[in-house]
Amino acid sequence: MKIRIKFGKYGDMKFIGHLDVMRYFQKVMRRAEVDICYTAGFSPHQVMSFAAPLGVGLTSDGEYLDIEVNSAGSSEEMVRRMNQAGAEEIPVKSFRQLPDDAKNAMSLVAAADYLVSFRPGHEPEIRDFGKALEEFFAQEQIIILKKTKKSETEQDIRPMIYRLELRQEGIFMQVATGSAANLKPELVMEAFYRFLGLEAGQFDWMVHRLEVYADTGEEQRKLVALEDLGHEL
Amino acid sequence: MRKLALSDEILLSVEKPARYLGNEINAAAKDKSEAAVSVAMCFPDVYEIGMSHLGIQILYDMFNQWEDTCCDRVYSPWVDLDAVMRREKIPLFAVESQEPVKSFDFLAITLQYEMCYTNILQVLDLSGIPLEAAERGEEDPIVIGGGPCAYNPEPIAEFFDLFYMGEGETQYRRLLDLYLENKKNGGSRLDFLELAAQVPGIYVPAFYEPEYHEDGTLAAFRPVNPHAPEKVRKEIVLEMSDTYYPKKPLVPFIRVTQDRVVLEIQRGCIRGCRFCQAGMVYRPVRERSLEFLKNQAKEMLKSTGQDEISLSSLSSSDYSCLEELVNFLIEEFHGKGINISLPSLRIDAFSLDVMSKVQDVRKSSLTFAPEAGTQRLRDVINKGLTEDVILNGAAMAFEGGWNRVKLYFMLGQPTETVEDMEGIAVLSNEIAKKYYEMPKEKRNGKVQVTASSSFFVPKPFTPFQWAPMCTREEFLNRARIVNAKFKEQRNWKSMRYTWHEADVTVLEGVLARGDRRVGKVIRRAYEKGCIYDAWGEQFNNEKWLEAFEECGISIEFYTTREREPDELFPWDFIDVGVTKEFLKREWRNALEGKTTPNCRMRCSGCGAMSFGGGVCIENQN
Repeated sequence: MKIRIKFGKYGDMKFIGHLDVMRYFQKVMRRAEVDICYTAGFSPHQVMSFAAPLGVGLTSDGEYLDIEVNSAGSSEEMVRRMNQAGAEEIPVKSFRQLPDDAKNAMSLVAAADYLVSFRPGHEPEIRDFGKALEEFFAQEQIIILKKTKKSETEQDIRPMIYRLELRQEGIFMQVATGSAANLKPELVMEAFYRFLGLEAGQFDWMVHRLEVYADTGEEQRKLVALEDLGHEL
Repeated sequence: MRKLALSDEILLSVEKPARYLGNEINAAAKDKSEAAVSVAMCFPDVYEIGMSHLGIQILYDMFNQWEDTCCDRVYSPWVDLDAVMRREKIPLFAVESQEPVKSFDFLAITLQYEMCYTNILQVLDLSGIPLEAAERGEEDPIVIGGGPCAYNPEPIAEFFDLFYMGEGETQYRRLLDLYLENKKNGGSRLDFLELAAQVPGIYVPAFYEPEYHEDGTLAAFRPVNPHAPEKVRKEIVLEMSDTYYPKKPLVPFIRVTQDRVVLEIQRGCIRGCRFCQAGMVYRPVRERSLEFLKNQAKEMLKSTGQDEISLSSLSSSDYSCLEELVNFLIEEFHGKGINISLPSLRIDAFSLDVMSKVQDVRKSSLTFAPEAGTQRLRDVINKGLTEDVILNGAAMAFEGGWNRVKLYFMLGQPTETVEDMEGIAVLSNEIAKKYYEMPKEKRNGKVQVTASSSFFVPKPFTPFQWAPMCTREEFLNRARIVNAKFKEQRNWKSMRYTWHEADVTVLEGVLARGDRRVGKVIRRAYEKGCIYDAWGEQFNNEKWLEAFEECGISIEFYTTREREPDELFPWDFIDVGVTKEFLKREWRNALEGKTTPNCRMRCSGCGAMSFGGGVCIENQN
């Protein structure tokens, strides 16, 4: 049976990289005695895949991994068991069953919401911040220079920004995520700073991921949070 | 959320920030402010190495079981953070509480290898604790050293307030109680050290003074404080199945060097290889019971979620219930995503059978440690492994599908001749030959024989503690002789030969058999910027050579010098059970090429029986 697990990543855990989070969950499965399926062969692996790796330094409300299990208790029980076996700053939030023919989270990821706030002491001095952000977003094109090892190419990132607005807690943005198109929130912020004529420092922002979505629309984009593709057990 | 000792900016700028966060799964997370006594347990190397060490896990668990004690951990900051902390004057902190090391009552440093000595100074320096015990005040933590290198503490004696000789499970409670009592009575640091000096196993260096002959050798080593005993006897655990052992070992967030559950099946070794310090100082062999180990294995795997369990001992094949234990582990855990790792097994029918069950034969290699290339030299070092046993083991392994063999040798052992050196290549070739003697259809491609040589460093409390060590040039010369012989071998294309660094070996030789005078060289090298000497890319031989030069200390005095049988050694005041008379007898036997049977075959009267436990009495009940 296919299961999708939603978890958060907070506090000190932001310093733990993606590969270590994977290894962490493999151990949580064993500590919580989740009846997870193993691959066949001489060194069996847990059937487990992650939706969208989160970079070191970022926190999140909405991270996802998919697993396959032979059996499971109720969603409530499984969340409780995993949280008892896990670290406080990586809480499991939901444990839901997916349809048997469901595609894995990684292939479905289409967009993500982020909240960007300023690291204390790194706030820019801009008078009408909200208006500047609106003007930035109202542009038809936002060209950035994309540096690769060999060359620099120009790229228009505007089509990959779906929403951008100022909120009480910080700058909210919804951007393309996943294998088809992927935009890092830091790139949006760098472009915005350039638009403002500001120099961006390496540690100016704190990036927090809020949610990760699949696109279930045919022609029009219709984003659904990954956990909503499953149902409670 | 905890307040971290390092800012986000620093943590995001250094390699692997998780090294400095603590709060791993199963961390004790005790409130230091509520504990009567606090211990900062330090492994003076990078986190991934320190977290792989079983001894610290045992002691950490033991200390934190005590209600009045808070034990936290400290590791050497890697060189990137080291530079930041010096620049920004950030004091070194313990990882769980994130509080400065200096705020702890004790700083306990484990001494696992000589090449970590400059890192001890790094830890003290970054903590803001004076490097030398004599400079410390009432507010500084009591700095304790323990572990294998404590068996010759003299080169680092002046950096420590006290050393704990032997196994930590037995006397720490008493030591902490004395500390608390002394504090309650308003006693001073000196008062505590005088109390501590009377605890079995405790050595307070400040209470002893060496005197030297004109030729530089030790003339006398005497206590100069009435509370200090003449001899310090090592402590050992006698009841190995009713003692401290963590049921919930720490589980790091990042991958560490030994990332698995470790089951220590016994302490000590019956073999008596004459170069091996562990084989002497951990005597007598004491086994843990099968029941104890079965329960520990189950509980530790459950509480950690680790996917691998490894047996730990100096020679697992000598554990008397090995077969039952291994069969239990296989039945209980194999096929459930748990790997079973069986290091230090002798290659024989039994071990090949279990290894074929627990590992992928095609992907794994077999390891032999003949240590010497000829039978003559193997007899000198008392390595009870014959050529027949090696070749038969290899042949059986090849039949079983293995085609990769690793061989470990040591160059520069006493009495070594060119024939012994060349024997390394010859023996390696014989092993490769065994493979090609198998019918073609049974072979699985080419065989791969990888031989490597380390260079021999004579260690205290071994029969070879009298042996002169080779110079750097001599080591390299011998390696070249072996290498040339490899090229002459018929199967040279299936073989690879490598050897260790010679510079660092020479330095290890000085530190291993050094006396108190070597301490100033270590300090000088540290002041010149040496840290992480155990890491090839960090090791700076030039700076060390300058430090010796500037301190007027001769390397050769400690390495290549021939020692008289009755020379007084800096470590002779320590009583490890094994007597100097026995070691001397073994040294003579070595030079005559006479072997000594292992402890189970016949007692050779080494002296360890005085502890009244383990293998020495197991057949008397």
